[in-house]
Amino acid sequence: MHENDSSHPDGSAVTAVDLRKTYTVTEREGGAMAALRSLFRREKTEVEAVAGITFRLAPGEIVGFLGPNGAGKTTTLKMLSGLLYPTAGAVSVLGHVPSRREKAFLRQITLVMGQRNQLVWDIPAADSFELNRAIYRIPERDYRRTLDELVALLDLEPLLRKPVRNLSLGERMKCEVAASLLHQPRVVFLDEPTIGLDVTMQRRIRAFLAEYNRRTAATVLLTSHYMADVEALCRRVIVIHHGRLLFDGELADLVRRFTAHKTIVIELENGPADLSAYGEVVSSSEGRVTLRVPTSATAGVTGRILADHPVADLTVEDPPIEEVIERVFSQGPP
Amino acid sequence: MRDFAAIYLQQFRTTFASFVQYRASILIWMIWHILEPLVYLVVWSAVAASGGGNVQGFTARDFSAYFIVLMLVNHVTYTWIIYEYEYRVRHGSLSMALLRPLHPIHADVIDNVSSKLITLPMMLLAAGTLGVMFRPAFHTTAPSALLFLPAIVLAFSLRFILEWTLALAAFWTTRVSAVNQAYYVAALFLSGQMAPLALFPPAIRDTAAALPFRWMISFPVELLLGRLSPAEAWEGLGAQAVWLVAALVLMRAVWRSGVRRYSAVGA
Repeated sequence: MHENDSSHPDGSAVTAVDLRKTYTVTEREGGAMAALRSLFRREKTEVEAVAGITFRLAPGEIVGFLGPNGAGKTTTLKMLSGLLYPTAGAVSVLGHVPSRREKAFLRQITLVMGQRNQLVWDIPAADSFELNRAIYRIPERDYRRTLDELVALLDLEPLLRKPVRNLSLGERMKCEVAASLLHQPRVVFLDEPTIGLDVTMQRRIRAFLAEYNRRTAATVLLTSHYMADVEALCRRVIVIHHGRLLFDGELADLVRRFTAHKTIVIELENGPADLSAYGEVVSSSEGRVTLRVPTSATAGVTGRILADHPVADLTVEDPPIEEVIERVFSQGPP
Repeated sequence: MRDFAAIYLQQFRTTFASFVQYRASILIWMIWHILEPLVYLVVWSAVAASGGGNVQGFTARDFSAYFIVLMLVNHVTYTWIIYEYEYRVRHGSLSMALLRPLHPIHADVIDNVSSKLITLPMMLLAAGTLGVMFRPAFHTTAPSALLFLPAIVLAFSLRFILEWTLALAAFWTTRVSAVNQAYYVAALFLSGQMAPLALFPPAIRDTAAALPFRWMISFPVELLLGRLSPAEAWEGLGAQAVWLVAALVLMRAVWRSGVRRYSAVGA
């Protein structure tokens, strides 16, 4: 039932070309004299929050949008959803220019921010849902069907009738997500949807997002500080740092490009042995040795260990994704 | 049109449900809305009594009629939007509103109207009680009572649009309460809330007539009390209409540039 004529000519759902956002901030030193001085003259500095990034999202893709705090992720999401005017560059979402905030555009997108809420605090979520039905002009039948699905997938039944302020953080987040998706947006922007939630609830939201994407083929751009979210949902990730694009590609490639090392775990049959000649020993106990070796040397080292020692078990692992991301953020491009 | 009716109905249900949670603060607002004109009523009645029965043609019973009707008109037309906007801009809840395919003013209109629907019966009861206590004198005629209806609707619309526009100052400054104070003081004098405008010197009366304040509050009161000639009544309705159009044009312009600013500096 969605019109397809509104897509970008090249078939992308979301296109950003050399997107930039510069904020002007007034700064002053602490202290009373500085405060007085600032009455007359304000020091203004330009801060480049987003410094020219380009990417495209194909319809139906789920893409992880990563970067440390202050990298420009939220600013970018706000430009894509029409809340912020770009300083320069071009954005197109489903063929619309977001900052025009046309109703046809707003009806097809959603932005979920983990730290902001749209639900009315004092009334049950069910009432806020009804309000959204009216505002987004969702036909009664579609509304019922979508709501039933959301209630089942997110297990909302026991929450719908309670005032939102009486819900726990996780419960409220589930309702927020449901409220944001009632109008079946074709493009979904998620800014830290699992922030502050416990592991079970995070997994729940994650599973739900995957299912939602499968059912509706919506395009999803997701930021999260929880790598588990990204690993579970996104094959492709876009990494930005200081407002610049650092990486755009498959998550597996990111790991390959940014990790120069692999971890080899060896279980020896005859108990402890000194394996420090093969690589850096990370840990060693009761015949179980963990080695860190350069990726390029992994095959050779593995062969030699197998030849030289009686090995009960041997596994080669990539470092945990958190470690990779930490390295990416701290180093910048390799 | 039908879509709008659905939105308004649903927003009304939402607001109604929220308001039930705030019975105490609604009660406090109402007490304020009763006490403020009551004080002026008592003071001016005393002045009339000591001045030989009347002040420039207003008897004690004229004053009580004036302030009782003023109380109702003020209650029907007041808004609290200026307080709200500062919060919305600071806490970013405006961003959520901007993401919806609906102008945020609609929710505010409904909020306001539904709160009035909830409180009006009690205000009428208060007015009735004051009527028994202070024996107001009405000179209402049938035409003035009829014209009062469009006048009160126009007064509400004008005050709502103007204060909504003023609230948008929050886009430019974090000191909205200062703006609000200045506005409040001007309105207190020039809208006839402290004293009937007829008691002021001609220079102030003319100023009040040239500004929107009289048309937001005092005019419907004067009309209902039968203090205006038919010509003055029609002129007043005309002035209200002109101001309303001007306010709508102003609101549109300020809203556009405000949102542009908001989305330039960081929504």
